[in-house]
Amino acid sequence: MTDLIRYTAAETAAAIATGEVSAAEVTQAHLDRIDAVDKKVNAFLHVDTEGALAAARAVDAKRAKGEELGPLAGVPLALKDVFTTKGVPTTCGSKILEGWIPPYDATLTSRLKDAGVVILGKTNMDEFAMGSSTENSAYGATGNPWDLSRIPGGSGGGSAAALAAFEAPLAIGTDTGGSIRQPGAVTGTVGVKPTYGSVSRYGLVAFSSSLDQGGPCARTVLDAALLHEAIAGYDPMDSTSINAPVPAVVEAAKLRDVRGMRIGVVKEFAGEGYQAGVMQRFNESVELLRELGAEVVEVSCPSFTLALPAYYLIAPSEASSNLARFDAMRYGLRVGDDGTRSAEDVTALTREAGFGPEVKRRIILGTYALSSGYYDAYYGSAQKVRTLISRDFDAAFAGVDVLISPTTPTTAFPIGERADDPMAMYLADLCTIPSNLAGNAAMSLPCGLAPEDNLPVGLQIIAPAMADDRLYRVGGAVEAALNDKWGHPLLEEAPAL
Amino acid sequence: MSVENLVPYEEALASYDPVMGLEVHVELGTKTKMFCGCSTELGAEPNTQTCPTCLGLPGSLPVVNAIGVESAIKIGLALNCEIAEWCRFARKNYFYPDMPKNFQTSQYDEPIAFNGYLDVQLEDGETFRVEIERAHMEEDTGKSSHVGGATGRIHGATHSLLDYNRAGIPLIEIVTKPIEGAGSRAPEVAKAYVAELRELIKALGVSEARMDKGQMRCDVNLSLRPNGTEKFGTRSETKNVNSLRSVERAARFEIQRHAALLNDGRTVVQETRHFHEDNGTTTSGRIKDNAEDYRYFPEPDLVPIAPSREWVEELRAGLPELPRVRRARLQAEWDLSDKDMQSVLNAGAVEPIQLTIAAGAPADQARKWWMGELARRANETGTDLAEQPITPVQVARVCTLVAEGKLNDKLARQVIEAVLAGEGEPDAVVEQRGLAVVSDDSALGAAVDQAIAENEAIAAKIRDGKVAAVGALVGAVMKATRGQADAARVKDLILERLGVQA
Amino acid sequence: MPGITREEVAHLARLSRLELQAEELDHFAEQLDVIIGAVARVSEVAGQDVPPTSHPLPLTNVMRADEVRPSLTPDQALSGAPAAEEQRFRVPQILGED
Ligand SMILES: [Mg+2]
Ligand SMILES: [Zn+2]
Repeated sequence: MTDLIRYTAAETAAAIATGEVSAAEVTQAHLDRIDAVDKKVNAFLHVDTEGALAAARAVDAKRAKGEELGPLAGVPLALKDVFTTKGVPTTCGSKILEGWIPPYDATLTSRLKDAGVVILGKTNMDEFAMGSSTENSAYGATGNPWDLSRIPGGSGGGSAAALAAFEAPLAIGTDTGGSIRQPGAVTGTVGVKPTYGSVSRYGLVAFSSSLDQGGPCARTVLDAALLHEAIAGYDPMDSTSINAPVPAVVEAAKLRDVRGMRIGVVKEFAGEGYQAGVMQRFNESVELLRELGAEVVEVSCPSFTLALPAYYLIAPSEASSNLARFDAMRYGLRVGDDGTRSAEDVTALTREAGFGPEVKRRIILGTYALSSGYYDAYYGSAQKVRTLISRDFDAAFAGVDVLISPTTPTTAFPIGERADDPMAMYLADLCTIPSNLAGNAAMSLPCGLAPEDNLPVGLQIIAPAMADDRLYRVGGAVEAALNDKWGHPLLEEAPAL
Repeated sequence: MSVENLVPYEEALASYDPVMGLEVHVELGTKTKMFCGCSTELGAEPNTQTCPTCLGLPGSLPVVNAIGVESAIKIGLALNCEIAEWCRFARKNYFYPDMPKNFQTSQYDEPIAFNGYLDVQLEDGETFRVEIERAHMEEDTGKSSHVGGATGRIHGATHSLLDYNRAGIPLIEIVTKPIEGAGSRAPEVAKAYVAELRELIKALGVSEARMDKGQMRCDVNLSLRPNGTEKFGTRSETKNVNSLRSVERAARFEIQRHAALLNDGRTVVQETRHFHEDNGTTTSGRIKDNAEDYRYFPEPDLVPIAPSREWVEELRAGLPELPRVRRARLQAEWDLSDKDMQSVLNAGAVEPIQLTIAAGAPADQARKWWMGELARRANETGTDLAEQPITPVQVARVCTLVAEGKLNDKLARQVIEAVLAGEGEPDAVVEQRGLAVVSDDSALGAAVDQAIAENEAIAAKIRDGKVAAVGALVGAVMKATRGQADAARVKDLILERLGVQA
Repeated sequence: MPGITREEVAHLARLSRLELQAEELDHFAEQLDVIIGAVARVSEVAGQDVPPTSHPLPLTNVMRADEVRPSLTPDQALSGAPAAEEQRFRVPQILGED
């Protein structure tokens, strides 16, 4: 049984398709694993045992009837608790949505179900995806399977930890400022933020609408590509959805050849605040790409230094508006309705009780940035920075096919270390934020362990919008070369739980 | 403020100059809501026309209704506006339980239509140009009912119940520039503007614009400044006025109220006010202090609207005949003097008359009924002509019965009264009340023979050539048939029986 | 760029319907002052003649046909309601507009 949880998604799907194993067995193996380790990891907020087994049995029945199965049929998946699931609780890691059972499925949820993917349950996250450590969940922190006293990144720490703890071979995250890539980096897993508009946001509970993007999380580049193809594509329910074919990411992941590609190293992502071991592994990756036949050049993106401030104005501004709907009137928590208080007071009391400190901080910050008298200086300027960052990317991509950088300046930090120091916490997303502001595609994949702490380091690859296939081409090649060098995938080095 | 210490209207105008701003919200008649596919059908059971999007459920997203945009452009064009080449939706952020997302998806500094005008005609025929600031797209709120208070009002209620069927229905908000120079005619201008706008909206076919059903609502902003000065005074905003007459009354009341405050050396408070149909007064609503901050920003869930010039020109070319042009045409077709046309306009009778003609009535007949009986009734009851409980089709049917000789004028009037009283369709009324003209010649012939026999002396006079005496015999026949005979036919029959040429 | 005062934070909390506790107010005021001090750097570009970006994609004119789609059932619509009555959402007394 241990083997089943260590299969990649591609291997699992093949084993189910050939009848070597049933989807129900695979699912049960993962449910058992969750049972065994999740008390320690706390990756899941809700495990849908019945739903998962039913979905698995449906795949087995389909196979028995000789019907064709999709490339991920029967493969278990851990879904970030920010996507709505009809009939299954959706909390976004917040008390304010405790017990809420959506009456509808997100488009992404439907696509997973249609693909025969088995949704095991909903994963822990920073409340409303606001954070870089998953400590901001109202339901307790998630541990990093490499060291349970450390953070698994955030906001999608639950999804990344579930992968690294072998609780699921696939997971879904959302990336607003790095919430897929940074957890991927610190847990030694693969995470992709697809081009903005390529994965539907319908049913993704909004944090920052112009930045949020759902994407695949996996233990291998190919698995991420398979999941990418399952979830991406035009959705008429999302006005910001791109009506164009999804780039051929699976094909690209299998190519494993970067010869002739031009790769740019972003000069601005280095220096003070970057951990030595992180830079060491990153520089080795640069060398590796050269050895593999890519041409590597240095590029400068001067506006990137303003990305973090711009992000911390745009995201809270949009969030302050997106989260206004949690008012105790139609769904979710209601506090203080004693028959004498007004709706207005009940709303304020409920929001006070239902939101955690980081959410409140950001709501106030966003309300401030949008208020009259400050709008131009803050929100307006941040939108200008956004234009400058896109221009920097355009200029860079005129000369290179992809950009690379460390995913995050440091390895996983101890739980509690930055919990009450927002500015320190925000630095975790320094390298990931520009792609959210510009809307292009980016991936993080493991590139080794930092020598000083033996914790995973992530390599970030950034591609132009709708050139997501380039991420997989470079990622696939790097992954293959590193696995050859190490003799095994990086996660094999993770301590037993 | 009570009605007693208002300043008399003429006195107010002797010292002050009113400046008005009118904001009209029109609910579009689209099949679906502005940002989701829920039906907009009126009268549905509560919360049966809602979905994740219009309930503001977490994760839901809006998608723009193309007909909503098209209607907005049509309205803009008909109001002589420029149509934006590129514009965005914006979020207007404020908390209110009837608004599911706690922001209204609206437009802010980039309205789809701007800088237009509408020429309106006052009761004396004078034309007044009202400048249009903008027309923009937005969405309606849900409906709350208040429980536990005395009269279903918010005050004293223990709790409220919310139905979100209306939430998300497309609205077009049309805002005038400050209306200056109307002087004492300001209330009249307000009414004429809303009336003209309503005609225009109906002509465009984008909404039925029924004010009584809340499909069109007007906010009246009004301020006074001392005569001869430039600077605007502090304004009050009377919300959701929902009939033409009320628009005029609200403006008039506010002029008198502001004048009283200013005369007393007191200040006008910038606030929203509510108009009361029953006594024509307004009362204070919400103070609009500067704490109100809607924090508008571009709606990130919707992409910009950039109507191509080809589309705009196509829509312009497809605009129907607009009310002013149509009125000129109808005046010619109906062969009316300026004065008669003006009274038709003032009575709000253009539409009913036209519909009656369209349903088969001759123009003069249609006008006769609407401007006569029905206008009188509307006046007496203080209601709009179009709201009388009789339809143009019913009036046309009565005209047809008259033209066919089945009713005479007197009977027709009775039929109309019966229809108004709710007795059903004209034909049913005729049937039930037995009002048909007796035109059966055999039945009529008997009555004629009897009249001649009973009035031999008069009959002799007629035979001798005193044809004018026939009236007396006709009268006798009409009396005998209880008015149900066709008088002209009776006269013909009598002369025929007496062998006299008419 | 000016910092942020405790009073401003209290005002913003009211605008955003958050009934903050006194010590929370103190703490947030302190933290937000630091954060705003850091993010205020964006105003370096305020004077630059650069168009603002509100949407990361150059999409325009995304619209749907005016065709009715199925709604939720009222039971589904009300399924998450903290309180319901007569097939409506029951909410505490509403202040303000009549
Ligand atoms: Mg409005
Ligand atoms: Zn809807």
